[in-house]
Amino acid sequence: MSDADPARPVPFRGGGFRPVAKRGTGIVVFLLLLALVEWGTRAGWIGNLTLPRPSDVGVTLVDLARSGQLWVHLIPSLTRLAVGSLLGVTVGIGVGVMIGLFSHVRAGLVPLVAALFPIPKIALLPLFVIWFGIDEASKYALIALGTFTPTVVSTYGAVDNVDRTLIRMGQSFGLSWLSIVRKIVLPGALPGILSGLRVSIAIGIILLVAAEMLGAQYGIGAYVLQAGSLYDLERLFAGVVILSALGVLTSAIVGVLERRLLVWRG
Amino acid sequence: MDLTLEHITHRYSDVPVLQDISLHIPAGEILCIIGPSGCGKSTLLRLIGGLERPDSGQVLQLGTPPEGCLNPLTYVFQDFALLPWRSVGGNISLVLEDHGIRGKAADAIIADVLARTRLSDFRNALPRQLSGGMKQRVAIARALAVNPAVMLLDEPLSALDAQTRELLMEDLVALWTRQPFTGIYVTHNLAEAVRLGHRIAILSRRPGQLREVIKVETPLGDRHAGQPELESLQARLWQMMKDEAVAADQELLNV
Ligand SMILES: Nc1ncnc2c1ncn2[C@@H]1O[C@H](COP(=O)(O)OP(=O)(O)OP(=O)(O)O)[C@@H](O)[C@H]1O
Ligand SMILES: [Mg+2]
Repeated sequence: MSDADPARPVPFRGGGFRPVAKRGTGIVVFLLLLALVEWGTRAGWIGNLTLPRPSDVGVTLVDLARSGQLWVHLIPSLTRLAVGSLLGVTVGIGVGVMIGLFSHVRAGLVPLVAALFPIPKIALLPLFVIWFGIDEASKYALIALGTFTPTVVSTYGAVDNVDRTLIRMGQSFGLSWLSIVRKIVLPGALPGILSGLRVSIAIGIILLVAAEMLGAQYGIGAYVLQAGSLYDLERLFAGVVILSALGVLTSAIVGVLERRLLVWRG
Repeated sequence: MDLTLEHITHRYSDVPVLQDISLHIPAGEILCIIGPSGCGKSTLLRLIGGLERPDSGQVLQLGTPPEGCLNPLTYVFQDFALLPWRSVGGNISLVLEDHGIRGKAADAIIADVLARTRLSDFRNALPRQLSGGMKQRVAIARALAVNPAVMLLDEPLSALDAQTRELLMEDLVALWTRQPFTGIYVTHNLAEAVRLGHRIAILSRRPGQLREVIKVETPLGDRHAGQPELESLQARLWQMMKDEAVAADQELLNV
């Protein structure tokens, strides 16, 4: 190397591939989109049959809340979602843990779950109506079954992924089987179970709406269906906004759970 | 409590891993086991602690474990095996809870073992907040908490850097001097073997057979790094192991 060679800083090649949540960015993107549509509908380059004006949707939402109709639809929906997914998720976690722990259960149930998973559950609604009646029970059952299968799959995957050396450690200190399950297997599987929960609940919301569209007087699904059949785009979109909000809310609840329960991950 | 291994032979599916190993480990003695990689050292340790069953032969405990011993055969693992969701104190209380030791009694034991491993200030820290050396000291504290008759250590210092290893070796010697424990210490580090072993057992390459057992006369407390007699012993061990190690290496290449 000659003395004439200039000194240059080493070019930076690291960084990237580590997305971090930037506070508020999501809201800004959302607001920008809304502003764009608002402008488009007012200026006329978005026809009023293509998209409703966001401000009109907002007014519809406010009216809905004022008149009390919002609660008339929201409360049955929330109840169905809560009861159905609570049932599906608890049974799913229980079965998933059993599959993760016992060879016989695994051999017997994994093929069954694999067979159940791809069935579009909504196709079974008529069957559930025959079994459980036209009322709430059939909707609970549908949401429960829909959340059950993904929960089972993510739970037994999470149990399988628990560090075997930790279990070996528990055995080497003479811990009882129950202690190993309670203190090593379950906490170790919790991160996987919680991230599975996000998927399960989202599926639960989809099924909730589908079930309400097929047979319910009240509920967000029923509300959206009525609006749709009248081509009342403002109300249709108001319903969609409520559903999105429900999705964001449940996902945020899981996020809070993760932050509370998984402090140790740092 | 003494341990005796009688003609231990073990194979995994068709691969013989250990062949006819007989050893006696008297109470209060540390036996180091060295051997080329893959010769079955970890397997032997798992057999001794009852985590696996040998195909033939048996491991015998002679005499009863001392009073207050909760878990006679206790491991210290190479990768620490700490529960990441429990604090240092919680990891130790884990192994006490099953024996019905809780509250004040548990607190006293935890405080004692943390003091012995110089960790008293870290009782509420989570494992991810600790350095490798500290994690292994927590694992040693956890092992001490159950008052073991025999400690089974599988390369406990291998994941650590040289300085930390040196410090922890001194810690182990201090712990042993204060209260002699029986130890079986698997390592591939000859320096550790000559520092910590009352006797050193050398295994051949797979299938592991006992090649030789060497007694080290210098008392544990009088040994330190760079001592001429330890250096020459280490050189002798390396001479014995070299051919085996080269052959073991070739074997892995030929797989
Ligand atoms: N659970 C197992 N199933 C099948 N083969 C195994 C199992 N555990 C170990 N082995 C094989 O047995 C042999 C001995 O393994 P072991 O881990 O006991 O060796 P080691 O002496 O501890 O090696 P290292 O120095 O690398 O730690 C290896 O060839 C390994 O591949
Ligand atoms: Mg090993």
